[in-house]
Amino acid sequence: MAGYLARRFSLMILTLFGISVIVFVLLRLVPGNIADILFDSAGMINPADKKQIEQELGLDRPIAVQYAAWIGGLFEGDLGYSYKTDRPAIEEIAPRIPVTAKLAALALAFSVLFGVPLGVISAVRQNSALDYLLRVVSLSGLSMPSFWLGLLVLMAFVSAFGTIPIYTDPPQSLWDELLLLSVPAAAVGFRSSALIMRLTRSAMLEVLRQDYIRTARSKGATERSVNYHHALRNAILPLVTVIGIEAAFLIGGLIVTETVFNIPGVARFLIESIAWRDYPIVQNLVMFIAVIVVVANFIVDLLYAVLDPRIRYAR
Amino acid sequence: MRRPFHACVTIGGLLGAMLFIAAAPAAEPKHGGILRMYHRENPPSASIHEEATYSTVVPFMPIFNNLVMYDQHVAQNSLQSIVPDLATSWAWSKENTELTFKLRQGVKWHDGKPFTSKDVKCTFDMLMGKSSARFRKNPRRTWYDNVSDVTTNGDFETAFHLKRPQPALLALLASGYTPIYPCHVSPADMRSRPIGTGPFKFVEWKQNESIKLTRNPDYWKKGLPYLDGIEFTIIPNRSTAILAFVAKRLDMTFPTEVTVPLLKDVMAQDPEAICKLVPLNVSTNIIVNRDKPPFDNPDVRHALALTLDRKAFIDILEEGKGDVGGSMLPPPEGVWGMPKEMLETIPGYGPDVAKNRAEARKIMEKLGYGPDKPLAIKVSTRNLAVYRDPGVILIDQLKKIYIDAELEPVESGSWFAKVARKDYVLGLNLTGNSVDDPDQGFYENYACGSERNYTQYCNKELEKKFDEQSTETDLEKRKKLVWDIDKQLQEDVARPILFHIRQATCWQPYVKNVTVMVNSSYNGYRYEDAWLDK
Repeated sequence: MAGYLARRFSLMILTLFGISVIVFVLLRLVPGNIADILFDSAGMINPADKKQIEQELGLDRPIAVQYAAWIGGLFEGDLGYSYKTDRPAIEEIAPRIPVTAKLAALALAFSVLFGVPLGVISAVRQNSALDYLLRVVSLSGLSMPSFWLGLLVLMAFVSAFGTIPIYTDPPQSLWDELLLLSVPAAAVGFRSSALIMRLTRSAMLEVLRQDYIRTARSKGATERSVNYHHALRNAILPLVTVIGIEAAFLIGGLIVTETVFNIPGVARFLIESIAWRDYPIVQNLVMFIAVIVVVANFIVDLLYAVLDPRIRYAR
Repeated sequence: MRRPFHACVTIGGLLGAMLFIAAAPAAEPKHGGILRMYHRENPPSASIHEEATYSTVVPFMPIFNNLVMYDQHVAQNSLQSIVPDLATSWAWSKENTELTFKLRQGVKWHDGKPFTSKDVKCTFDMLMGKSSARFRKNPRRTWYDNVSDVTTNGDFETAFHLKRPQPALLALLASGYTPIYPCHVSPADMRSRPIGTGPFKFVEWKQNESIKLTRNPDYWKKGLPYLDGIEFTIIPNRSTAILAFVAKRLDMTFPTEVTVPLLKDVMAQDPEAICKLVPLNVSTNIIVNRDKPPFDNPDVRHALALTLDRKAFIDILEEGKGDVGGSMLPPPEGVWGMPKEMLETIPGYGPDVAKNRAEARKIMEKLGYGPDKPLAIKVSTRNLAVYRDPGVILIDQLKKIYIDAELEPVESGSWFAKVARKDYVLGLNLTGNSVDDPDQGFYENYACGSERNYTQYCNKELEKKFDEQSTETDLEKRKKLVWDIDKQLQEDVARPILFHIRQATCWQPYVKNVTVMVNSSYNGYRYEDAWLDK
């Protein structure tokens, strides 16, 4: 196991290094830099002023020097300064992470709490009216664009309650925060729950056909015990993979939800920073998301060994 | 007998009430409350002098004063509506080449330091590039090309020395784009933590979240402002922003941001809201590369001018509410626009579009083009809906004269660099005029070498006329000169103007004393006497 962990850890470092190079180079391949964007809002370009800005920000240095400066800073905990605001990048990024993390956690909780049980019910009541209904609901969840669903939800709130569940002021209490985030979490969780529900259903159907399930029933196990203790436990492995991937990508994938519900999280901030070519913010945020994805995948792999005793990681 | 008596009493009572209401004074402004608006985007910076977007002017104009400003309750900006601000009075010299301002005493910056003439000189030295303190960007440097120097005479007098008379200098100084900056605060600090002398002080700007201003208790206009503060919530998604207004989470929309189609939604969902639809003094236009084929050929440019059906643009994009005009905003809202009868004499502006297009087709056929041999070009534009949509209509209209155009959307960050390189054939462009004055419009957009003269159109003879109208002190004579120049610019196909945009501002009925400017979207956001009747 120690050998496996060491190998995975070094692979993770290599992966993150590769991602850092890719994001660094890709950003500089995209046309325009911060100086171009600054002049965009001025409606003109002055080449001399533009060159001055590029020099001040170190954008005229060779690309390898810029990369080394960034990575060197990362090792020292220095994430650099935002080109747009001149404030330390960490001060711009850090307050936004908990906002998105809470939203992602709520969305994931919604998708698992709805997706898994409904998938089990759908599988157990295969081809019943309830099964068809749940399959239509899951298809709609997969088909509806999240921005469209989000706007529909907002319009429904305004029409029905005369209120709008968007972020305009920081919430004053945990309960306020929960209320504020629950609606967007449900909107984005609806799509994930649809995916999880369908996967749960198909994994469960496969397991429910196995001999040991028939044996469990014949030994007198209750339906609840058969479905959840025997069947779901064996169907859960592919679900863990999907839930792990969904969790990782939710951090970066909440752009539309944060935009529609006006939530000041990292996802929306990342998009705006890309538009601004705010390299320190984009590079550091993308690396943060990469770390989350890599670690999430690692945790998922470890969970396999916990959930399935047949899986053991050796050297 | 009782009924007639009761009727008399009732009628008498009603009459009395009517008289009372008629005689009653207008409601007294109430102190207090925070005016809540949404902001359409995270502003590029807080430094008004360094930006050319009203995304910066709207939230930060309440922080400042100018030397002079446009009366915030006269909807049409003009030289006649300019009122004192930090300057208490001004006078032209006999030759009209020196403009002297007497400055207000006892004014303090928000950090307590005193305002003096030194601050005026500092501000304009930076704008003219004469100061060691530099703006990172200076989009209105050309406004002061005619100013040779700004001098001070003691702490409360300052003078602008001009190379030649320019009555419109006052118009430029009154613009929301010309606040007075403090000498003692660096341009870098003004980009993120601005200090002014205005009715509101800067509190905080949470990037992509909100901008908060608070009442300046030491404002030099005693008793003002009425509001405790102004808060802008940054909501880039327009649908979300409008829904928030309709749900009364916000008191006001971002000024002039409600499009004509959205206005109908707002009125339907919030019938109590007050909305004003006005021209922005922003035109949708075409930039033409005159140095590259095919539009280096004046005949092809003439054909382009003839095929344009401006009414179609307005009907499709503005549901009939936009305005046709030249480079100056047309009347009645615009002060300097050509009258309709003059406009219609310009090729392409006449009402008979079919006849114009037939003439255009003849021109193209003479040049060897036809239905089987179209001219293939690209129409470049910024990759934003407000640019792309008219681009699509333009392409359809070009097809009528054998021009097969393909839309080339260009990412915003690359647009001005591409235009500066003249790496386009035709471009679909928007031009905002910060002041309804020819000195701003002509010099910025058509003067040789101007950074915002995107096509680098250069007509030295015509530029002499720019100077002639700029020097003219008689309003009516100046108008005629301006009309002639504008007509020639359109005949030259310098930058064909498609239409002038109209958009709306909406606010809840309890928001009082808000006036929407009808000929500039950059000058009306001081809010020093706005109040909330709740």
